[in-house]
Amino acid sequence: MRLAPLALVAALSLAPAARAADNVSTFTLDNGMEAVVIEDHRAPVVVHMVWYRVGSADEPPGRSGIAHFLEHLMFKATDELVSGELSNTVAANGGSDNAFTSFDYTAYFQRIAADRLDLVMGMEASRMDGLALVEEDIVTERDVVIEERAQRTDSDPGALFNEQLNAALYLNHPYNRPIIGWKHEAHTLSLEDAEAFYAAHYGPNNAILVVAGDVDPAEVQALAEKHYGPIPPNPAIVPRNRPSEPPQLAERRLSYKDARIGNDYVTRTYLAPERDPGNQRSAAALTMLAAVLGGSSTNSVLARKLQFENPVSVYTSAWYRGGSLDDGAFGLVIVPAPGVELEEAERLLDGAVAEFIEEGVDPKQLARIKMNLRADQIYARDNISSLANRYGRALAVGLSVEDVTAWPDLLQAVTEEDILAAAKTYLDRTSAVTGLARADREVTQ
Amino acid sequence: MIRVLLTLALGLTLAAPARAAVEIQEVTSPGGITAWLVEERAIPFTALEIRFSGGGSLDREGKRGAVNLMTATIEEGAGDLDAQGFAAARDGLAASFRFNANRDAISVSSRFLSENRDEAVALLRSALTEPRFDQSAIDRVRAQVLSNIRSDEGDLNALAARNFRALAFENHPYGSSIDGTLASVAELTRDDIVTAFGDTIARDRVFVGVAGDISAEELGPLLDDLLGGLPATGAPLPDPAEVQLTGGVSIVDQDTPQSVAMFGHEGIDRHDPEFFPAFLANEIFGGSGRQSRLSYEVRETRGLTYGIGAYLATYDLANLVIGQVASSNDRMAEAIEVTRAEWAKIADAGVTEAELAEAKTYLTGSYPLRFGSNAGIARILVGMQQDDLSTDYVNTRNNKVNAVTLEEIRAVVKRLYRPEALRFVVVGRPEGLENVN
Repeated sequence: MRLAPLALVAALSLAPAARAADNVSTFTLDNGMEAVVIEDHRAPVVVHMVWYRVGSADEPPGRSGIAHFLEHLMFKATDELVSGELSNTVAANGGSDNAFTSFDYTAYFQRIAADRLDLVMGMEASRMDGLALVEEDIVTERDVVIEERAQRTDSDPGALFNEQLNAALYLNHPYNRPIIGWKHEAHTLSLEDAEAFYAAHYGPNNAILVVAGDVDPAEVQALAEKHYGPIPPNPAIVPRNRPSEPPQLAERRLSYKDARIGNDYVTRTYLAPERDPGNQRSAAALTMLAAVLGGSSTNSVLARKLQFENPVSVYTSAWYRGGSLDDGAFGLVIVPAPGVELEEAERLLDGAVAEFIEEGVDPKQLARIKMNLRADQIYARDNISSLANRYGRALAVGLSVEDVTAWPDLLQAVTEEDILAAAKTYLDRTSAVTGLARADREVTQ
Repeated sequence: MIRVLLTLALGLTLAAPARAAVEIQEVTSPGGITAWLVEERAIPFTALEIRFSGGGSLDREGKRGAVNLMTATIEEGAGDLDAQGFAAARDGLAASFRFNANRDAISVSSRFLSENRDEAVALLRSALTEPRFDQSAIDRVRAQVLSNIRSDEGDLNALAARNFRALAFENHPYGSSIDGTLASVAELTRDDIVTAFGDTIARDRVFVGVAGDISAEELGPLLDDLLGGLPATGAPLPDPAEVQLTGGVSIVDQDTPQSVAMFGHEGIDRHDPEFFPAFLANEIFGGSGRQSRLSYEVRETRGLTYGIGAYLATYDLANLVIGQVASSNDRMAEAIEVTRAEWAKIADAGVTEAELAEAKTYLTGSYPLRFGSNAGIARILVGMQQDDLSTDYVNTRNNKVNAVTLEEIRAVVKRLYRPEALRFVVVGRPEGLENVN
């Protein structure tokens, strides 16, 4: 009733959508735009997302932050919408909207009543090729972005140090620049920079549509044909081919002092392979290595050795970042107990990992981790926004829906040998950065 | 073309009937424990939310931080299981229990699979009824709490909140952090932790919300099994807190490029007859769902911040209208000036017809969207009970929103926004601002 044209359009829909897994189906428009539909009929809600395969690592030199700045500007006027109209219309319909930028992607989304999908898709399509920026937008919004950087990064010593560590981890790859941009470059970003970046990277052939919620895949496809279908592919879009890392031969060590640091800590970050299309086994082993070393604050290897058996730390963790287009990273962190020096904490951390490689994986711990990963398949269905994110992020970094659906089984198949081999291969200090962060509170008399 | 469609859809939105969000059942166990339930069979797990009123405000004199440390240690060993044994049992079931304390309550957020529900509930029961509080566990968790307190000492948001709280609620538990101080936490003994447990975890103050793969018939016995063994009563709940804020500016010096300001004054009670007009007025003024006046003036028009908002804080023992903004040291004075002017403007002139209509369509349209996940629904069910609402509220709430008139808003804004009483606590080195008392 409400959106009468919908049924008509649906009747004209083309090839039936392909089904990849329970409740997940896909289709591709003629202009190259890919789409994933995830059904969840519990509540009359839909999450509508458009992901662009462009992020901060695709920025031209000297223009760091332009991908994120453009994300802000995408809420301004288009050929059909006045500045702010998209968000205002979403809110007037009870929905919420936002966007985010990462190294490899920029995504825009709305969460709204399911019968308003037509409405939000129309507006999202309008800014895919019709952004109409004016100079006044630039000046005010650039101030907003500078304040955002001040709030998220400059006011947070941990975030500032992470920027430096990341810059040291990647010698040549543009992942070495912060997503929000270096402060001195943020001040220089212009209308021309934003327009050039938009023209080079936005268009249906560089976009992924993800729709999750109380929807029918055939109707979603019909709406996508209606709103995104008429937009021609952008001929400027070319495959991403970024500068890559040379062999890393020299261990790097960074020392940082900041009076605002509450607890001194040590980080170690290794370059590590990412999930690759059709080839995710190393990434699966690294994911399980992170879970075994640091996934639990009580029973993981680092907690057991450095908080329980020998209580020299108040916090330890291990993490793996594998959902990127290019090289990922594996990290360890230790916050020593008061009285334990950072150099000693680092030595104890390395000692714990070395012992683990000698001793092997506790089979009971591995079984518990796998049980929780199986359960996550159930719990994940409770949150359609995070499911939508999972598919959107994967497709935006070049993985396929099949790679996403294969991932849980790959994790279950990881063996003790795989985990230990990953540890021996990738925890190599010549391709790592060690960071020592200290409060510098010495008072001059 | 697109514009025409938009207008059409908007027009229809206003006419759309309110759709019932969920069906809530009130379940009373054979032993007399009440819970609210939304049965949702689509996914084979259950989300169960428990809250014990009182929370961190029940710390005894000189024992600041005891309830928080106790809450963080509940899961560190129970019955025959030490901390690692308990965690292994929980992880083996793929269940999750999260314990958290705030100024008004201790909350237990749990989820468990249908396939091993009984085992999961038995494990949670042992944490709630026979926690061990081993000295080694207390000391380990204490070290973590102390490290959090040290981190907060350099955190602008934490510093702003701490100083604002101290001004607002001197000599009341609300006036300080429930984490306690480095000194108070260092001195807490195992006896203090056991006392805090007895003071806070009791049946006379419990609220339960459940959403997921479970029926009312199954839930009744589960409630008795889980909570029947708790003591009947805990410590008396604390007295209401008097809001002691006065108008002015308090600067907390901190060497940082950007300042953070927290601002506000006394607010309005959830049960006040004028609450709904106040709620709509504040949605227009400082809400986060749609472009608020504050956001439009401070962020959109002037670029002074990444985000600003204001909300009605309806705590159990006091009410505030409170907001926050971060702005560079050389721009904070202007952000405050604009905020103050907006505060006076809404008090003086109320809101417009168009603003009220937009706020209504946003609030009524977004309400059903809140009920999108089992975990979220379980939390909402507990919140509704704490607010003393009926199960039918989900069906009547949008009517209350729609019934608010421009005149009712004009009446309430005079008492809700009082520019002369507005206190700003600013952490940083803001230029052109001075302490004003």
